[in-house]
Amino acid sequence: MILSVLAATPLVGALVVTLMPRTAAAARSVKVVALASSLVALALALYVTSQFDVGAGGYQLTEQHEWIGALGVHYALGVNGIGLTLVLLTTVLVPIVLLAAWEDRLPASRSVNSYLAWMLVLEALAIGVFCATDAFLFYVLFEATLIPIYFLIGSYGGAGRTYAAVKFLIYNLVGGLLMLASIVGLYVVTARAGDPTYLLSDLSGLDVGTTTERLLFLGFMAAFAIKAPLFPFHTWLPDAAGTATPATSVLMVSIIDKVGTFGMLRWCLELFPGASEWASPVVITLAVVSILYGALLAIGQDDVRRLVAFTSVSHFGFIILGIFTFTHTATAGSTLYMFNHGLSTAALFLVTGMMVARRGSASISDFGGVQKVAPVLAGILLLAGLSSLSLPGLAPFVSEFMVLAGTFTRSVPAAVLATLGIVLAALYILIMYQRTMTGPLQPEVAHLRDLDHREVAALAPAVVLIVGLGFFPQPMLDLVNPAVDEVVTHVGVGDPPPRTPAELGGLTGAGAYVPEHGPHETEGGH
Amino acid sequence: MATLLLADRPDIAAPTIEWSLLSPLLVVAGVAMVAVLVETFWPRRTRFTAQAVLAGLGLLAALLDTARVYVSLDRVDGDVVGRGTPVAEGAVTVDGPGVLTWGLLLVFALLSLALFAERRLDGGLSAFTGRAVDPPGSAGEAEATRLRLEHTETFPLLLFALAGMMLFASANDLVTMFVGLEVMSLPLYLLCGLARRRRLISQEASLKYFLLGAFSSVFFLYGVALAYGYAGSFRLADIDTAVTSRTGGEHLLLAAIGLISVGMLFKVGAVPFHQWTPDVYQGAPTPVTAFMAAGTKAAAFIAFTRVLFVAFGGASWDWRPLLWVVALLTMVVGSLVAIAQTDVKRMLAYSSVAHAGFLLVGLAGAYVADSERITSVSGLLFYLGVYGVSSIGAFAVVTVVRDAGGETTHLSRWAGLGKESPFLAGSFALFMLSFAGIPLTGGFIGKWSVFSAAWSGGYGALVVAGVLTSAVAAYFYVRVIVLMFFTDPVGDGPTVALPSVLTTVVIAAAAAGTLVLGILPGPVLDLAQHAGTFVR
Repeated sequence: MILSVLAATPLVGALVVTLMPRTAAAARSVKVVALASSLVALALALYVTSQFDVGAGGYQLTEQHEWIGALGVHYALGVNGIGLTLVLLTTVLVPIVLLAAWEDRLPASRSVNSYLAWMLVLEALAIGVFCATDAFLFYVLFEATLIPIYFLIGSYGGAGRTYAAVKFLIYNLVGGLLMLASIVGLYVVTARAGDPTYLLSDLSGLDVGTTTERLLFLGFMAAFAIKAPLFPFHTWLPDAAGTATPATSVLMVSIIDKVGTFGMLRWCLELFPGASEWASPVVITLAVVSILYGALLAIGQDDVRRLVAFTSVSHFGFIILGIFTFTHTATAGSTLYMFNHGLSTAALFLVTGMMVARRGSASISDFGGVQKVAPVLAGILLLAGLSSLSLPGLAPFVSEFMVLAGTFTRSVPAAVLATLGIVLAALYILIMYQRTMTGPLQPEVAHLRDLDHREVAALAPAVVLIVGLGFFPQPMLDLVNPAVDEVVTHVGVGDPPPRTPAELGGLTGAGAYVPEHGPHETEGGH
Repeated sequence: MATLLLADRPDIAAPTIEWSLLSPLLVVAGVAMVAVLVETFWPRRTRFTAQAVLAGLGLLAALLDTARVYVSLDRVDGDVVGRGTPVAEGAVTVDGPGVLTWGLLLVFALLSLALFAERRLDGGLSAFTGRAVDPPGSAGEAEATRLRLEHTETFPLLLFALAGMMLFASANDLVTMFVGLEVMSLPLYLLCGLARRRRLISQEASLKYFLLGAFSSVFFLYGVALAYGYAGSFRLADIDTAVTSRTGGEHLLLAAIGLISVGMLFKVGAVPFHQWTPDVYQGAPTPVTAFMAAGTKAAAFIAFTRVLFVAFGGASWDWRPLLWVVALLTMVVGSLVAIAQTDVKRMLAYSSVAHAGFLLVGLAGAYVADSERITSVSGLLFYLGVYGVSSIGAFAVVTVVRDAGGETTHLSRWAGLGKESPFLAGSFALFMLSFAGIPLTGGFIGKWSVFSAAWSGGYGALVVAGVLTSAVAAYFYVRVIVLMFFTDPVGDGPTVALPSVLTTVVIAAAAAGTLVLGILPGPVLDLAQHAGTFVR
């Protein structure tokens, strides 16, 4: 019940915001109401976390009602550690985003009411997606998230927004419709076996033929690979992020794109373990290509928003690599990475968005020497950038390290190539920072305002979490580890036996799912 | 009473007519005939209102009666459970799918009737021409407008067409089916040519529809003759017996199936027999287009399914590959050509072609089962219901977006409609999303059910082709949303005429129906599923 209430809270907020007057005078109270409802959702999410028994594992706080009897569809919600992590990410980020979007300049004749309402609707759908334990419900909510983002990009974005919105929608619809074919297939398969059902608990024990399993897997995977996005299905993301408002970009990249990687973990691996293993060489290859290709393209970008989008392509490569390696360390790392990437990308999108709004241009070459006039802005950009390049001491480092360490035990070439991505990450972030913030002060940016209190207040929680989880990630790991164990055990590939125990011992120790050898020790060893 | 209904006694000489079971059909036909009398004797001043009220009451009575008939259907146990019985000496079957189709058709007719009766949009006159005999642009036409003349025959024509559709969908022998087909088509040919505005293309549409429709009817009739030659009977059950035992020549059977299919595929608007669709949809008065899009498609699909499943069920290996190809072609051509359209009504016409393709996917699946699973018939019924409701809603929106020359259907004139009228544009966007099959709209569950029937029937590859063309189709639906919401209007933008409560209710009801069928489809799906199979 509590999960339904949690998901409904932003929805109620959206409804109230829609019904409020659309005058300029009421705009402030509209924003306050929106922020308040997102804060209530955050409080509820924290309450859910406190009710969640970390040690017990499995799906908790479940609820289940029949929805469409003829199709065997249930309204079924429940969270495990992975789902809860992403629910927390969603509820933490939305207030940050709303606060950062306080002064967003919207196109003429667009009301702030619908802008905020769409964001809250998106939050509600995202919470639903992360909690759904029925494949049909998941699919419905998954597809429904397209509509708010479509309107957020198409109505409130910058130049080229229509093109970007349609491209976003069509790409994701193609994936979603392929998944629909698999959803239909699941119905037929379960109906043949007895009663049609979409419940995760029934489906994960499903025994289907190898070919059928692979076909069904491909349908799900197509949707998630486009959503995540995985090379070569990523081209919608830079266009969308390049025209959307920073707030929309954060919601899209930090939260909704996580549905892709989350879906791989929950639905691909749990429903089709055999097919996942079958496809893993290809997926791992594509993930490594994503890491390197995304990073190389990020280096070449002049538009700072597109740069951030390409860094995300690279980071999603790491997450997918970790998921399809099927080792405890890498999977736990990937799950943690989803949370950390959400934070660091949110900070990066928002702070660059503030830069762009001040300068009126997103081109890197239009900046220079900004740190002289706006030191706080420069500082936060640097910190967000460093977290994106996985500097030790900041949250993403732990997760990236775990992914790489877990990958080494499975495939040395993939791990070596992926590690190159870290080097490239240093390049794209530091070059961008150097060209925008250091050097001689450009006359156009001489009067750039520094961040005001509201903006600092918006970014502060993200920064605190990035630093805090960088030094002490253990609570998050404790949260995800039981669920990760279940997924990895279900796939059944397991950790490869160490061929040279003495040398690899240290690495598996960094695997961090054994609490007494937590990664904070690794941190010290660095 | 029950024993009387069940009895199929050949030893009784006088024909037995089960009046009680046939009554919805008879009510509609009867009201149509009364309407003809009203046309003759009622004073002209109040005739429009009288006709509209009479038709409305008749449709409501028939709808209630249909519900009563549906509840009273008897269960028939066979390989697959069915409900109902052949009546009127086997000429008509009152069975679950047939009666449900009656219900659908009556709902469509009620919604369309409200559009027929709308008079506020065009200066107090209906959407139909004042005096059809006047040549377009003549002095007589101007005089008719000045005298505020109206053709109130449109109401009986609507009722006759509806009666034809109902008969078509539940005919149990091929001759009755042909009678139903013609009773349905003739009033529609006429109605197509009665537009008040743009009369030339309306008349052109009427002529085209008539010529091509007559041509396709002949194909159908030829097929019926060959089927008779093969089986020695017009009755679907007898043909089935002949097909199953494979008496007679194989070629005769294949030719019969092929020719009957041509006639049917024409009516449902499937490629390559779809060319009439865009012209007729565009030229016909929009209320007629709405009724035709929803009603003809539903009646023709159920009749087609009935012929294939009941009469030619034993030869399914012969016609399923044919339908496979036609379904694929229809989806692809409909979706691709729709992208290039610049007129809303033509775009909706090609979209209806694409939807015929999706429906054919479910039909080609030919999945008949006795379990709790979605069958081809139940999938089709649900899809037809959703498609019809959304279509009527979409065409109702078209009637309201106007400029000085009447409806403005060029897509570019729709730019910025979202600002002009959020309710209209929002409803239209909802219909487009439903057509595109986005979850939480009825269109999604509809797609789901026909695709699952096809997959159950072993046509998984066709399902994949279906979802891919859905993505293509989504492009042009989404383009309309882009136009309405994201594009700034050119010039002074579209004007939205203030409709009377009738059109508003139609749009609101269609939008509500589309949403409810998407969010809580359970009851309607159950209904479609418990209709069972065709009774022969």
